Amino acid sequence: MIATPLRHALLALALLTSPAASLAAPASGEGAVRTVEIVAHRFEFTPGEITLEVGQRARLRLSSQDVTHGFYMKALGIDATIEPGRVTEVEVTPAAPGRYTVICDHYCGSGHGGMKMTIVVR
Amino acid sequence: MANEIDRRTFLRVAGLSLGAGALYQVAPALAGGLADGEGGDVAEAQRRANGEAVTPFTFVQLSDTHVGFSGPPNPTGTRAFERAVELVNRLERPPELVLFTGDLTHDSDQPGEPEARLRRFQEIAGRLKVTERHVVPGEHDAAADGGVRFRGVFGPTSYAFDHRGVHFVALDNVSRARPEVGPELRAWLRRDLARFSPTTPIVLFTHRPLFDLKPEWEWFTADGDEVMRILAPFENVTVLYGHIHREDRHDLGHARHLAARSLIFAFPDPVTAAEKVPARFDPARPFHGLGLRLLERGAAAGGRLDAREVELTLRERSGTEGFAQLLRPTSL
Ligand SMILES: [Cu+2]
Repeated sequence: MIATPLRHALLALALLTSPAASLAAPASGEGAVRTVEIVAHRFEFTPGEITLEVGQRARLRLSSQDVTHGFYMKALGIDATIEPGRVTEVEVTPAAPGRYTVICDHYCGSGHGGMKMTIVVR
Repeated sequence: MANEIDRRTFLRVAGLSLGAGALYQVAPALAGGLADGEGGDVAEAQRRANGEAVTPFTFVQLSDTHVGFSGPPNPTGTRAFERAVELVNRLERPPELVLFTGDLTHDSDQPGEPEARLRRFQEIAGRLKVTERHVVPGEHDAAADGGVRFRGVFGPTSYAFDHRGVHFVALDNVSRARPEVGPELRAWLRRDLARFSPTTPIVLFTHRPLFDLKPEWEWFTADGDEVMRILAPFENVTVLYGHIHREDRHDLGHARHLAARSLIFAFPDPVTAAEKVPARFDPARPFHGLGLRLLERGAAAGGRLDAREVELTLRERSGTEGFAQLLRPTSL
């Protein structure tokens, strides 16, 4: 509950900083985007933890080995559905350091409630 | 005076936590400090504004019984649920309604087992000596098949009814793949509420919180904000939910969210705990942290009428005394 206004602030920051970051570093362009592959399967994400840099744009390439999964972390502005058979891409530019827990928010079976991974932002 | 009264609905909720569980007593009063005769005016004004006067009654919220669950956090299975039913049946003032806020059963991939668990739930809930039982599903009841089996047993998972001047809404936020109510049900809710005056007391019961309590533990409803906006014109809204297996209170404008304890195992405090891990089973206090909620709607007369906003006060005593206290009806 305490964290809610903070999350909103972070989200607002993320929205504000994304265009600012691309304006500030036009030379680096697409080359500056880091790509991370994440695979979902009942009831895990692999890898279980990734590390991103504050202010650096990252592209997460999400795929599923079995059923439809979700990929949700509100404070980072991440809300995706991972369907099997295709890659879902999500871009994120973290605004503040921290440990962010991403959950599967698409019911995928009886172990669904514990399906999560961590994004560490430095 | 009557006009003033029309605008001023006053609801008091008092919570009481007892023995092996959390037992809440919600005693809303429409008015405080009025002479007897004026109390009748209040009821009459309410009746004119809302179509029906609010008259006192008691109801109970039970949640997260997880019938079929067996594991280290609670090896006693349905025992807490059965004791809660006994407790409700011994209440001095019998409740007129019992509301179940989801996860009546624990999910199972075994063929036939979900149906068997629903039947077992019905068998135990059927021992309640109340005329009206109302249920909403939790994700453990409904997410696997979109609520098909649940509706087969209980009928629609979102519905509304009126009871003694209070409008009750059951809202399903678990049958879709994601934690959400969805646009169709939100439209239904908007239509359902359209005929009520802003002073009508609303009790909405659902499984998940309609706000971001702890999204990383899936303690949220993705479109909860939109649901709360639909409820915003109403001056007197109480949202009862389960899912989090612990007591919680959260105020949002005119609405108060109250979470009920579970009847299977407790989850830790989301503010201080690093992980959503069930509380460890304590054989000395097998039902520690479990419980139910008793809600009482009080008399219209006999108090002071000076609040525009909903006022809910919650008194709690965390119970550790065990069943001896729980089973003393007078301690309510
Ligand atoms: Cu999943």
